[in-house]
Parts: sequence; C-alpha cells; structure tokens
Amino acid sequence: MSFPGPEDITRHVLGNGVVLLVRENRVSPSVVLTGSLKVGAYDEPRQMAGLASFTADSLMRGTETRSFDEIYGALEGVGASMGISGGTHTTGFGGKSLGNELPLMLDLLSDCLRRPSLPREEVEKVRGEIMADLAERAHDTGRMANLTFYELAYPKEHPYAVSLTGYPETIETIGWDDLAEFHRRGYGPRGMVVVVVGAVETGQVVEQVDEAFGDWEGEEFPREPLPEVGRITEVRQRTVSIADKTQSDIVLGYPGPARTDPDFLDARVCNTVLGVFGLMGRLGEKVRDQQGLAYSSYSRLSGGPGRGPWRVLAGVSPANVEPAVASMRKEIRRICDEPVGRDELSDCQAYLTGSMPLQLETNAGVASSILSIERYDLGLDYLQRYEELIRAVTPDGVQAAARRWLDPDAYALAIAGPPRSEEGAR
Amino acid sequence: MANFRSPLTSCTSHSAIQFVQTELDNGLMVLVKETQAAPVASFWVWYRVGSRNEHLGVTGISHWVEHMLFKGTPSFPKGSAEKAIARQGGVFNGATWYDFTTFYATLPAERIELSLRIEADRMVNAEFDPAEVEAERSVILSERQGAENSPQFLLHEELMGAALRVHPYGSPTIGHMCDLETISPAQLRQYYETHYVPNNALIVVTGDIDASGMLELVEEHFGGIARGPEAPMVTAVEPPQRGERRVVVRREGFVPYLAEAFRAPGVREPDFFALAVLNAILTGASAMTFQGGGLTNKSSRLYRALVAQKLAVDVSGMLLPTIDPFVYTLSAVGRPGGSLADLEEALETELARVKTEEVLTEEVEKAIKQAQAQFAYSRESVTGQALWLGFSEIFADHTWAENYLNNLSAVTVEDVRQVAELYLDRSRQTVAWYIPASQT
Repeated sequence: MSFPGPEDITRHVLGNGVVLLVRENRVSPSVVLTGSLKVGAYDEPRQMAGLASFTADSLMRGTETRSFDEIYGALEGVGASMGISGGTHTTGFGGKSLGNELPLMLDLLSDCLRRPSLPREEVEKVRGEIMADLAERAHDTGRMANLTFYELAYPKEHPYAVSLTGYPETIETIGWDDLAEFHRRGYGPRGMVVVVVGAVETGQVVEQVDEAFGDWEGEEFPREPLPEVGRITEVRQRTVSIADKTQSDIVLGYPGPARTDPDFLDARVCNTVLGVFGLMGRLGEKVRDQQGLAYSSYSRLSGGPGRGPWRVLAGVSPANVEPAVASMRKEIRRICDEPVGRDELSDCQAYLTGSMPLQLETNAGVASSILSIERYDLGLDYLQRYEELIRAVTPDGVQAAARRWLDPDAYALAIAGPPRSEEGAR
Repeated sequence: MANFRSPLTSCTSHSAIQFVQTELDNGLMVLVKETQAAPVASFWVWYRVGSRNEHLGVTGISHWVEHMLFKGTPSFPKGSAEKAIARQGGVFNGATWYDFTTFYATLPAERIELSLRIEADRMVNAEFDPAEVEAERSVILSERQGAENSPQFLLHEELMGAALRVHPYGSPTIGHMCDLETISPAQLRQYYETHYVPNNALIVVTGDIDASGMLELVEEHFGGIARGPEAPMVTAVEPPQRGERRVVVRREGFVPYLAEAFRAPGVREPDFFALAVLNAILTGASAMTFQGGGLTNKSSRLYRALVAQKLAVDVSGMLLPTIDPFVYTLSAVGRPGGSLADLEEALETELARVKTEEVLTEEVEKAIKQAQAQFAYSRESVTGQALWLGFSEIFADHTWAENYLNNLSAVTVEDVRQVAELYLDRSRQTVAWYIPASQT
C-alpha cells in the first residue's frame, strides 16, 4: 500500500468555496464523512462562553422539515451515526455508515447545518445536558486540572483561556435568540471542508456533496487576529480542591507552537522523546516506572491553528504530587539542557514514521489525516513526504524546540485533587 | 513445518483470504487469518485467565501480572520490548478482563515476527523482582485511586458486588484495595507459572501475512515452550437471587446516577441473542466488546422515556459476552438535583411495557441492521478482526462472532417479549443509587 496522496485523493472545490476531498477504500463496506466549518468559540463573546458549542449541540435537534426523532430514527435505523460539535477555531462534523447510506448522511448533515429550527423545548434539553456535564466536570479532577491550566497559561482575553463548553453562569443566560443569531451569522460555506473516505465512487460523491451544499450561500465571518501569547516567565500555580477524591491530577505546561510554525515537527519529535515513545517516553519511564509515582505520566503537544498548549500530565496519589512535579520538571530540564542522543532520536523518528500505516488503517484515520492536510495547507503529498520531514529533524532542532517552548522554572501548573486535610483518608 | 496436530479446521472462503486453526503439541491454540486490507499484521496472545479466576485475598492479581509482564526479561530488559516495537512503528499493549488477559502488537506486516519473539519470551521468562513488584504496587494503587475518583466506577463496583455475591465476576478486575496492599511477589510468580502457559493460551494473527508461513513462525517461537500445569477449574456458580437487592453510594458531587443489574443468559443460549435485540431496542446498539463504543442511541426506547423526558441526561445498556453467565446492566446519569426515585419509576414503566406488549417488527429489524453495520466497522482494521477472533474464542469459539448476525436474525418479537419477562424480573433485580452530597 502506498500512502494516500495526490494520485488517489480527489480535491474538488465547489462554486461557493466548499472544499471536498474524497478517497475511495473498498476494504470494508463502510464510509466515513468528516469535516469542519469555519466557526467556533473564537467567534463568541466572552460573556457567552459555550455559545458555539451549545449551538452545535442543538443543530441535530430538529430542522425546518425534520423532527429530532426523524433525524435520529433515520440515522440509527441504518446503523449510521453522526455528530456535530463546536471547537475553538472550527465546528466539526463526523459520521459513519455503510457506503450506500452516504447520500442519507449528506442530506441530514446539510439539513442540520443549514436549516436547523432549534426547537425551543429541545434547546432546553440540550441546556440541561450541558449543565449536568458542567456539574460532573466540577467534580472531575482531570477535567478541572486541564480547565485551570488553560486559564493560567493564556491571557484572559484569549479564546484558549475560556472553557469551550462554557460555565454554568454563561450557559444559564444564553437565550434562544443568541443561538439563532450565532447560527445565522457564523454558519456558511466559506472555509467549509468535507472529507469522504470509504466504499464510495468519487464521481458520485462529488455530485452528492454538490447537491447537498453547492447552493449554500454566505460570506465568511470576519475574525480579529488571536491575541498575542507571551512566553511564561514565572511559575503560575493553582490548586483546585475537590472533596471525596482519592487521586490528584497534574497538568504542567506552556503555550506551544502552532501547527504551521516552522519548528512544529522539531517540537513533535521532542514531545515524542519526552512523553510518547514506548510506554510514554522519558516521563513514563521516570515518573511512572522508576519512581512508581503515578499510574500515568505523559506529554501532549496540541498544535492547531493558534498556539495550542504543550502539556505534561500525570495522575498521582495526593501524597505524591510534589515529587511527581519535581520529577516532571527534571525531565523538562534535561531535554532543554542536553541534546537528545542519536539512538533515542532515531528510535523516535522510526516510531513517528513507522506508525503511519497503523494510523491509516481505518477510514476514520485516513479522513482525519486528510482534514489536517487541508486545514494546515500541508499539500496532498504530505503523508508521502512525512518520513523525509521527520528524518530531517536533528538533535539540535529538538533541543532548540525544547528551549523555545519549554522551561523547567517558568510554567503553568494546575493540580486538582482532594483537600490536603483529606489526604490519606479513603 | 512439523509438530502440528492436524488443523482442526482449515478453510478457504475466498481466494485471497485463508483462515487456519490449529493446536501445537504443547496445547497452544493458534488462529491465523489472512487479510490484505492494509500492509500491517496484528499478533495477539490471549491467556484464559482474568478476574474470573481470582478469589478474595488475591483480587486484582491477574491485572497485576499483566503489569509485571511489561517489566522485562533477561532477553528483553525493562522497556526494551516496547521500544523495539515502537521503533518499528507498532502499537503494543495489554489488557486484563474478567475472562482473559491479552497482549497484542500491530506492526507493519513484514516486521510482525518481533512480537512473536517478545510474547514467546515473556510467556516463560518474566521476572518478579521484589523491588519492581513494590514499584508496581504503588502504580496499581494509584490506578485504583484514579478509578475511585469516578462516581460511575464506585457505583458499578457496588452494583456488581451486590448482584453477584458468590461468583468472582462480582469483584472488580482492578482488585480490592486490601488485596492490592498485600499481594506478595511469591503469589504473583506462582499465579504466573500456573496460568500463563501455552496450554492455557490462544494465539491470534491477522493481516497481510501468509498463513502457512505464519504457522511455521509460531511453531518456531512457541513450539519449544513446555506445557504447564492444568489451571484450576473455576467452580463458582452464582446461586439464584431470591429477591430484589438495593445499594446506595453517597459521595460529594452534584449528579445522581442509577444502575440496575439483571441476571443474563449464557452466550450459547438462544435467549442471549433475543436479549441482545432487546438491549438494542431499549438502549441502542452497543459494540459488545470489552473496549466499549457504539452508535448514538437517541431513537431507543429508554432515551425517549428518560432523556427526552428530562429525567436523565444519558442512558446506556450493557450485555457482555462472558464464559459464565453474567449480568445485563442498565445505567442512567440523572440531572443535577433530579430525583432518582422518579428516574427509577420511569425506567420500570418502560421495562413493564416490553414485558407485556410485543415490540414492533421494525424495531427488531433495526437492531439487526445496526448490528450488521457495527460488524462492518469492526472489520475495517486488522486489529479489530484479531480482537473479535480472540475475544469470541475465549468465551465461546471463533464461529460465535461469525454466526452472531444469523442468530440475531432468527429472533422474533415474541422471543423479545419472553426474555424481557424472564430476565427483567423486578423481584430479581439489583438496583444501585449514587446520591450526591448536594441532595442529602
């Protein structure tokens, strides 16, 4: 198998700007539909945090011609599934069905994205579900540590500092008109990407997508540039106490490179060394394995259109929070101070390139790679060039990325766990 | 190629797809399936040991042994196996479940032999160094503490403990805290030497491989491993439940949860398939593997009755195939401040309906269509195919999965009503409530 590339990915631009990418795959009779619209939390006012996500969650609740029951009855009746969810920069959609049901999925998707009726009673149910989720979040150590980390790492006015799903006080006050207005202004074909991978015929898909979205009109939502994100120059630490918990979650990190930054792949290799390779890289080896401090310790580099975070995470016994943080910082210091050895680098490069066939094993894996290629303008031959790009990363490049983005002495650190008085009590 | 017993089955269902089942002289069962979907191969070793084989005092020991098998051997010192796999671009992991412990790697097909070397080696050469056991004890205690942070884990643990008071399925796979604090290196080693032997194991290989060449490789790496002792039989049989059981968990939080368990039929009984259809009608099609997953369930009966009626924010059902009869569970996440009594009553009303009125033929047909689609999805990857072959061989045999759709298709609306009446019996249910502190 050769990797998907310009020979077998068809890119087609509809008259209204919608970009369609199709790759046929007949290994299994299924098909995946995925993509995004250029609207998200980026476009919501701060006092309405959660509006973009709330809007996206409400779209499949009813349209001008279909009820909630009709939408889900049609999808689930043929074993298909579909969802729409609001992100920061984009609103994503995804669906899966047997190949012959693609027209049904496209028809329903088009109806929900373009002609939602936002039935008031359904909107209230969605609100209730979001409120329940936020209530669960308030007692979830992992989610609270992450939420707190974003607040610490990004300036207050930056969209990344604000919760995507919002807060109880914002969700409560968002009105029906706000949802309708956000949909009217924000949703349109400009910047929309549709990816189809699976047991389909490309020519037919082009026709079907054109029929579903070709006559959608609308101008792009104007966007202010993202606020500047400075380097963190001090320790910003906050602890969230949650009663009745037995474990603490730690998130330590920084604003990282954007996906389009020239040193993004250097940072990706660096992150692989730090907390991905094998059983979670150096962090897994030191924090989890040698010191037995945690069930899990690893790192994640987000990338994305803006300066998404670069995080080091662990779940530890409350008594081990301090040694675990010390151990994480030690590994960060090491990767900043010492060039990575040739063997370790070559192992990580081999992992990053060698794992590509596995990522491309499923239709969903291929579709998500194609969507990234389009969003970040990487070129249809990106997957075929990937090995060469990763092989070109040097120990100097890895160390430079570490020094540019990480700092063992200046970071954002969020900890969520039981209050100190409860430690040791079970 | 030598030392094979005659293959039990060897069939060619398609010119490009060959399936072979055989058993080595040391009792190791081998299933190989060629599929040219992608240039990768997936290699799995399944041991017929899990929390089903445990008893109080050593709960969690299977899971702990799984962890220790990542601690290295003289040939593959700690960390070197996962690095070797990662270097080849593979994924490598293990899992412990009620009925089994499995280790697998998926790799570019031409490099799959590496995982045979690793698995053959740790089938006999795992080390149980006391210092490593202690380090892992704190990791596992930390894993258990992490799980206890979740209200649903706490509720499910109480539900299972109440529903199954004799069978080991009633204890969590992670183990009870007191056992995790006291299990010794010697106990771990003895457990390993008893259960992690070729005659208690199953190998599954799928992918872009040549079946006969793969059998030779398996023989080369595993054929020389001596047969081990026969594992002790699991004799526990859950006695009949003679009345409703109820448990309550009270903890900090805002969200109430409800869970109910009902005794389920064994996987080889026709009732199992009728109950699978009933589950799809009540809560939507679930993927049925230990990895979970499934479709949305917004057109299911319980979604309409509980979530659409604003009594809950989520509802799900779980019918797991297991070696011994298990429980069928229904779970709902309530609304903050909502009444668990109202939620339970609405659930009972829906269950009463399926016991007294036949479901619609269209609902049965929909459940079958959903299962067909789920099967197509699970077969997209060679890893998914290997998982299903091994998983079904553990609790029944590999033909179980192949025949699953036919067995579902044979289910009638009357079958569904009968299993509802027989199994969703209020006088033999176990009900668990999670009451958040904000409601007390």
